[in-house]
This record gives sequence, C-alpha cells and structure tokens, in this order.
Amino acid sequence: MQPANLLPLIGVLIALVFALGYGKSRALAAPLGGIRNLKSLPFYYGARAAIWCGLPALAVLAFWLGFENKIIQTLVIGGLPAELQPDSAGRASLVLSQISNVASGALPPDFVPPGIVAAADRLQGLRADSRLLMTLLVIAVAVLGGFIAWTRIAPYINAREKYEATVQRLLFACAAVAILTTVGIVFSVIFETIRFFGKVPFTEFVFGTSWSPQTAIRADQVGAEGAFGMIPLFVGTLLISAIAMLVAIPVGLLSAIYLAEYASPRARKIIKPLLELLAGVPTVVYGFFAALTVAPFISGLAAAVGLEASSESALAAGLVMGIMIIPFISSLSDDVINAVPQSLRDGSLALGATQSETMIKVIFPAALPGIMGGILLAVSRAIGETMIVVMAAGLAANLTVNPLETVTTVTVQIVTLLVGDQEFDSAKTLAAFALGMMLFIVTLALNVVALRVVRKYREHYD
Amino acid sequence: MTDLNTQAELVRRSLKRRYRKERRFRAYGIVAVGVALLALITLFSDIIGKGYTGFLKTTVTLEVNLDPELMYLDDASDKDALRMADFKAPLLAALRQELPDATTSREDTRALGGLLSGYAANELQDRVAADPSLLGTRQVMTFLAHGNVDVYNKHAGETAYSIKLTPQQQQWVDTLKANNVVNTEFNDILFVHGDSREPANAGVAGAMVGSLLTMLVTLLLSFPIGVSAAIYLEEFAPQNRLTDFIEVNINNLAAVPSIIFGLLGLAVFINLFGMPRSIPFVGGLVLTLMTLPTIIIASRAAIKSVPPSIREAAEGIGASKMQVVMHHVLPLAMPGMLTGSIIGMAQALGETAPLLLIGMVAFIVDVPDGLFDAATVLPVQIFLWAGSPELGFIERASAAIMVLLAFLISMNALAIWLRKRLERRW
Amino acid sequence: MNMHMEHPELEYGKTVGNAFSADPKFSLRDVEVYYGDTQAIKGISLDIARNEVISFIGPSGCGKSTFLRCLNRMNDSIDICSVRGRLELDGRDLYDPKQDVVELRARVGMVFQKPNPFPKSIYDNVAYGPRIHGLANRKAELDEMVENSLRKAGLWNEVKDRLDRPATGLSGGQQQRLCIARTIAVSPEVVLMDEPCSALDPIATARIEELISELSENFTIIIVTHSMQQAARVSDRTAYFHLGHLVEVNETNKVFTAPEHSLTESYITGRFG
Repeated sequence: MQPANLLPLIGVLIALVFALGYGKSRALAAPLGGIRNLKSLPFYYGARAAIWCGLPALAVLAFWLGFENKIIQTLVIGGLPAELQPDSAGRASLVLSQISNVASGALPPDFVPPGIVAAADRLQGLRADSRLLMTLLVIAVAVLGGFIAWTRIAPYINAREKYEATVQRLLFACAAVAILTTVGIVFSVIFETIRFFGKVPFTEFVFGTSWSPQTAIRADQVGAEGAFGMIPLFVGTLLISAIAMLVAIPVGLLSAIYLAEYASPRARKIIKPLLELLAGVPTVVYGFFAALTVAPFISGLAAAVGLEASSESALAAGLVMGIMIIPFISSLSDDVINAVPQSLRDGSLALGATQSETMIKVIFPAALPGIMGGILLAVSRAIGETMIVVMAAGLAANLTVNPLETVTTVTVQIVTLLVGDQEFDSAKTLAAFALGMMLFIVTLALNVVALRVVRKYREHYD
Repeated sequence: MTDLNTQAELVRRSLKRRYRKERRFRAYGIVAVGVALLALITLFSDIIGKGYTGFLKTTVTLEVNLDPELMYLDDASDKDALRMADFKAPLLAALRQELPDATTSREDTRALGGLLSGYAANELQDRVAADPSLLGTRQVMTFLAHGNVDVYNKHAGETAYSIKLTPQQQQWVDTLKANNVVNTEFNDILFVHGDSREPANAGVAGAMVGSLLTMLVTLLLSFPIGVSAAIYLEEFAPQNRLTDFIEVNINNLAAVPSIIFGLLGLAVFINLFGMPRSIPFVGGLVLTLMTLPTIIIASRAAIKSVPPSIREAAEGIGASKMQVVMHHVLPLAMPGMLTGSIIGMAQALGETAPLLLIGMVAFIVDVPDGLFDAATVLPVQIFLWAGSPELGFIERASAAIMVLLAFLISMNALAIWLRKRLERRW
Repeated sequence: MNMHMEHPELEYGKTVGNAFSADPKFSLRDVEVYYGDTQAIKGISLDIARNEVISFIGPSGCGKSTFLRCLNRMNDSIDICSVRGRLELDGRDLYDPKQDVVELRARVGMVFQKPNPFPKSIYDNVAYGPRIHGLANRKAELDEMVENSLRKAGLWNEVKDRLDRPATGLSGGQQQRLCIARTIAVSPEVVLMDEPCSALDPIATARIEELISELSENFTIIIVTHSMQQAARVSDRTAYFHLGHLVEVNETNKVFTAPEHSLTESYITGRFG
C-alpha cells in the first residue's frame, strides 16, 4: 500500500481506538456511579489509547520510509552479477539509476545488459515486498498498541497525567527539531569537507588564488587536477555583496527615516506595504530581472560611454541584490528607530533642534547599534543569496574588484558543482560541500554577532 | 554669559542655514523612497511587459482532408499502419489550399511545414487513432503554430526579438492572418501542459502541481511541528541551557542561507536515506526545515500576545497547565499562528535554491501524480526557462512569474485579511 | 464625586483669583486644545509674569501638562492635536505661521517628567543645544558655556572629572539636573518643567527644588507638579486646573491658606486628587 493511503487508514484506526477507549471508560464508570468516579475524564482515557495506537505505528512508518530505499538499493547492487558490480560510488549511482529507469519503464529493456534487467525485476519485487511488509507491520503495531492500551483502562489510572506527560514530550521533540536541523547541517557538510581536505590541502583551499574545479574525465587528460583556491570566490562574493549594500543601506535607511519622521500617515500607509511587496518577491524573479533586463542595460550603458562591461557583470547582480535587500534594511531600521524612546526626541526638539538635527545627532547615534546589527544580518543574507547570482553572475572565477567584469560567488559554485549528474567522491563534488561549510561558518558568525548586538540594543531601551 | 538679545539673534541667524539642511535631508529621504518605488515599478512593468504575450498563443485553423490515399492509411484501427502513416501530408495539403502560391518544391514544402508546431502531426494522429471514423472525411481543426510563427505574430517589428521566418514565410503568415487562418487566442496550453522542448507547447501545469504537492508536505509537517515547538518553548520549557540552546538554534536557522538547507537535503535525505531525487516529498522535507524557524517565531509571538489574565483565570478554576494551553491559549493564538504560517508558506513557495540541489531541476514533461513522482516546482520552472536561449521561453518564464506572484500576493492578502478579521487586540 | 461629570461649579472660561499681570511674559487668552473631537483645555486665560515661578496643580488628567506643552508648541508633533485662542510671548503670537518653532523653543526650554539624557557623554549633552544653534564660536567658549550651565544646575562639582563619560551612567537625580543644565545652556528666557521630580527620590527632589529657587533669579519658570508641598515651597503663584478648566490662580500662600473656590479647597485638603 502507498504511504499516502496508509496514513488515512492509521487515522481511522486512531479514531476507532479513541472511541473504544472513551466507551470503555464510560462503561467502567457506570456501575461506580458516573464518570466522577474515574480518575480522569473519559476523553483522556480515549486520548491515551489513541496515542498508544498511533504513535508507535507512525514511528515505524517513518523509520521504514527513511531506510527502505537504502536497504533495497544495497540488496539490488549486491545481487548483481560480478561483471556488473560497480567499482566506485559514482558507477554505483549510475547503475542504480539505469536499473530504476528500466523498472519504471523509462528505458526499454533491450537497451541494457540482461543482468540489469534481472536487477530491475528484483527491484520491482523487493519494492512490492517492502510495501506489503510495511503495511502489515504498521497496521499490526497500531492494532496491538491500541489493544494493549484498551485493556489497561481502569478507573484508578490517572489517564490525564499520562496523556499530558506524553504530549509534553511530543512538544519537546518538535522543539528539538531545531537542534536536529543544525546538527544535520553540520554533519552533512563536515564529513564531505574532511574527505575534500584529504584530496586537496587545506592551505591550498583557503589561500589559493585560482579556482577551476574541472577535474578530468580520464586520468591522463591535461589539467587533470583542477585548482581549488577559494580566494577568487570569496572576493567575488564580497564584491557583489558590497555593491548590494551600497545600494541597500542608504536607500533602505533613508526611506525608513523618511517614512518614520516626515511622511504623512496616509503616504506611510501606502508606501510601507509597497516596500514590503519588494521583500515578498521570490529571488528567482530578481534573478530573471537581473539577467534579462539589468545586465544587458548595464553593458549597453557601459558601451555607450566607451567602457567594456561583461554581460554577466558583478554590477548587475549586485544592484538587483541591493534592491532585494532594501526592504530588509528599511523594516529593520524602522523597528530600531521606533524603539528609541520618544523622550529623547522630545528632549532634543524642546531644545530647539530641527527634525533632521534630532534625527542625525540624537536618534541615529542612539539607534546605531541596532542598525549595525540589522546591516550585519543583511550582509549575511547577501552572502548567502543564491538565485540572483546563479542567474546573473558568471561562472568564471576572476580575481578582480572591477564591478563591470564577471565574477563568480561561493553559492554559484555550490549550485554548479552539485546540479546535474555527480559522483560522490570526486574532489569537484566534495569541494561544493567544503564551500558550503565555509558559507555556513561565515553566515553563522555574522548572525550570532548581529543577533547579540540587536538583543543588547533592545534590552538597553526596554 | 552672552547677552540674551544677541543670543536670540544668533539663533535667528543660524536658522536659514539649518532649514536648508533640513530640506536637503528631507529631499534625501524622498529620493530614497523614490528609488525604492522606481525599482518596484520597473521590476513589475518589465515582467508584465515581457510576459503578457505568454498568455497568448498563435493557432492555425485548417480544413484537413483526411484522405486515406494521401496518408497511406487504409485502416485506422491498425496500430502499425497508424505508426507508418503520413500525417504531415494532409496538413501540408490544407496549407497549400490556403496559400495557392506555394509550389511543391522541396524548399516550399519545408517552409510550409515550418509554419506548424512540430506536434501538429502527432495531434492529428492521436485524433484519428481515437476516432477511426474520421478517416476519409474533411475536418476543420485547430493546431498550434510553430514557435517562430508565434514570435513573428506577436512581436513583428520589435527590435528585441529576432524574427526567424524567411520573407516568404512572413508573407504567408500575413496572408493567413488576413484570412483568419492564423489567429491569436488565450494560451490555455500554459495551464494544462507540462514542460516541453517547444515553447509554444510548454506550460506550467506540471510545475504548479509539483509546487502544490511540495507545499502540501511542507504545510502538513511544518505547521504542527512549528506550533508544537512554539507551545513547548513558551509554555513548558524550563529555564535551562537546553532551552537556551534550542532558542539560539531557532534564531540562527532563521538566518541560515537557504542553499545550506539544500546541502542538508542532498546529504541526509538523498545520500543517507537513499530517497529518490526530484520528488516533491524530499522537496517538502527540505522546505519544512527551512520554514520552521519562521513559523516558530511567529507562533511564539502569537502565544505571547495572549494576556496572562486568561491563563490565570483558567488556572484559578483548577485547569491543568496542558488544559490551559489547549483550551484557552491555543485557540486565542491560532489566528496569529495561521498568519505566520501563511507568510512562511509564501516564502517556501518562492524558494528555488535548495530545490536545485535535490534535483528538482529535471526536464519533466508529465504532470506529477504523487508525492514520490519526479516533479519540478514553479520557481524552478522559471529558472529553467529563463536560462533558455529561445525567446518563446523567456516570454513563458515571465508569464510563469506572473502566475507565481499572483499566488504569493493572494497568500499574503489572505494573511493580512486573516489578521484583520480574527486577531484580537488586548 | 464623579470626576468625569461636568461639575456644577465649573463655568466655562471663568477663573477666580488673580490671573492677569501688568507686564506679562506670556499672555494667554481663551486657549482651547482639542485632541481630535475631545476638548482637553476649555477656554483658559492667564498671564505669566516675567521671572516669576508659577506652579500648575490639579488632579491627573486635568490638562495642566497639555497646557504647559502649548507654551513651546511641543504639541505640534501630535497630528490630531489642535490649539485655538491667542497665545503671546512678549506680545508676539506663538502660533503665528511666521513664528519659527525652532527659535521659539530656543527661548522657551523644557524639562521633562522622566530624565531623558541623550546617550552621549555628559559634556556632549550640555553642549548639544549651543552646538545646534551655533552659539559658540570657539571650543573654549563652548567649554565655558558647559561649565556655567553645569554650575548653575549644581552638578559641576559632581561631574567635572568625568565630562566625557556617558550621561546614562549618572543617578536619576543627577540625570535630571543634567537635563536642566542642558536646557539652560541655550540661555532660554522661560523654562517649562513637567513634573520634574516625579521620578526622583526625596533627596534628589529637594536638590532640584533648591535649584529651581536659584534659577528663578534669571528665568521665568513654569512648573507642573503633582505635589502640593512642592508647589507651596517653590512657586510665587499657583494655578489650580480641573477637567480642562483653570479654576483658580493666586499667590501661592493664598491658594494654600484661603482658597476662593470650593474645588480648590477640596483638592488641597485632600478630598480628591
């Protein structure tokens, strides 16, 4: 049975067990003189039984779905005849996709060796067995759990306490997903990164000034090694981020100030949602705008004044990224400026200061730490932004700070290295994870500092 | 001390200079707001200008003579005969009828064939296969025009578009347009087809269904988990290091670049658990992890805004902590939680980068029919089309962007409406 | 009694006692203040004499702070607030469109309820006013202004060694004296004080009250206070406000010993407030 169909079935079972538990507790209560003689309300007896029924079953289901594919794949590969056994992880994934394509009918069987066809049949068989087994097991666990819980319903048991304790543990588990995610991120990049540094020396990666990850298909090809120096990528990333911040900081900050201090309430009511609209535009749309409108416009403009600009200039990506970040800066600045107490504003105005003097000399310095925190968060966002640069910046890793030239960024390289067919132990793929690790560390550091600064600032005025 | 009168005089004299500064500062603000609004207007008008033609298609309506002899087909119920039959011939014949000046030379035949979509013959074949009695009759049928005809029809004379039709073909199309054989219609194909190699035949239906399935997984996982986590942290979490650590994690995850979640999905779900690439289920899992911090933070704010008096009242009549939360706090905080979740879902719907890494960039023609079926999503479809050199695809990418933005704007409008309608002010 | 009902003894625009002066600094006639549709000040007429100290007292919500804030147009920044009537400073209309608000505030300074030092150094706080108004040509001149103001505010000896330290590090009472120093550094003619001691402890309060007495030699001081004792100690005249009306204004000892209006009597004898 498909898991999508299994879920409603489990739902029905849970409801059934709830009803049975509810009914039994009422039946037990009747001779004792009504439900007031139970330790808990019938609802809690039912709910407790329902948890016993549903929770283990769902756990089994999730576990099964999680590991099913891996186990089947290992079995299928293991069952291949010796001459078809893959010699590397890369080959293995190729063979596997061949097998599953044959199994799904996308690849006619007469195109592949008979061993693969047999393996495809085996794959089909194993999948069907696995699904059947899973269905039976999940239903059995649900029924068994529900039955045990049902037999244990008794008036002296405090079902509410037990039910609540379980629910609280479930709530905790949900909160712990945040930790699991972070751990997951760290582990998913760290192993591959370590393997990468087994192939490419750490110093070359960090200090190398040349990046060309094209490892050879054949060992004897020229330039078989590839170069993995990340300096050009970081310079490119910083160049584009710097252009973006040059656009976003003044525009975002000044429009926040204008809206907070000068604009009429009506203008504010219209303009603020419009700026927020900019924040809601998906990055792929900005990428489209950068690549197809801004970049040609800039190279045309540069040509008109006699400069040479690449059609994938850092300037185009940076400008559009700046537009994307404007609402981020303006809404953060707005929060921070509004957090400055009115009394400071009054104090300055009462001395005869003009609005701009009050803003520049009193409010802005008071809000500065908070604004700096916001800017750091924005920088972290610019560094991690992917789609705009994938679509509008180039792939060539030039070590330059000329905004009219093409540069590439860390995120562009991660996407380029990982999209498409890949082998999981080539330095090329592993490099993507090493870059991901660097990106994670840098943005994490920025975020930690920024969040701390912002929090300190908030505490200061609360 | 300075004399009072000179003091006042000094202030008065400074005023002119200070007000000039004031006006300049104000002008900077206006310029900044202007720049931001200009960017917004440019962005939207650019996309609408590029994309509105994506909602139009060019069709060719022909009276086709399904002559068995012309097609070398005697029995339409015979599958092999169908496969061998020539379905191009009746189409060409019908075109020749409309264009008497076209000769039977090889060049002219090829030029004529280049007016119709590459799928026109297949379409004809499908219709005859579905209804063999059509054979030997004359039928008025509508076909898609070739992509080049489409571009010529919509954009003739625009410098941004290069017309790939020969002068002869252009003249034919003009004639056909004048005779109402070539028409411009609403592009329903955009909403019923999946991706295609031919722009005229490509649609966002597959990507929309893919997005829908992915969002379904995201919503079903992230809403309950996010709300539960928020309840735990606001109501039950003890003041200890573990709780602090969870909070630090949530705040940081909210600012981690989305592509990192793609790496997580690739390494954990695909490589470790061996799940297939390109499926909405894995996409939904990745987007769930990415959206959770947003939902948790919004839900916590909603819980915080429930006044303590409500809690105290319920506790005062002997409700357990869990009952207070489930019966009173949760229902009152629900509107705020829903609003936060809709905004989180809107973010997830527009997300592209992590999905690239888990393989949702494949070229997929079929509309996916399940959570475990290879699929792509709307933003990735836009990315794929935007990277294509063919102008027809750029047009469709813009149209797809409009569809995506329409979804996003309506989701945000729904969130605003919900907030206005349901949220209480205490 | 119900505070929100119009009192039978209140008559619109009528004030008992001694509201007018022959040579007024402020001459205020038929002042009305509205917040949107609500009228907060109901036709008040009052003169404030040169170099006098006058206290505004009355129960909370009686409009005394609102009235005070009209005198240097601090209500301007509240969108829905509108002020009507004739308000003159030295014979010039305060609300004349040609009257510059910056210039006005340089002449009429204000000290607030809660000390609000800027998050800058002590020196920069006091120097702020002279700097924005361009009052000092040289650094030495500015130094002198800062020292003078701090001396007058009785703070110099406590802070002279740490002028570059953040003002937020001072105690509450010191902060309020710093705010007074900041206000008098621009040499205003009038100082408005809006409950300047309500956030301070008794010792700091006593210190500020002393200061007010000293300042009264050079400035016209208008002080809103909640404490009748304070009004009695520092002011020459006292004005009693009630529900937006100015009920009574007179020499301070007269108000406190022989109030003419029954409402004033009820208030000072503690029957409400």
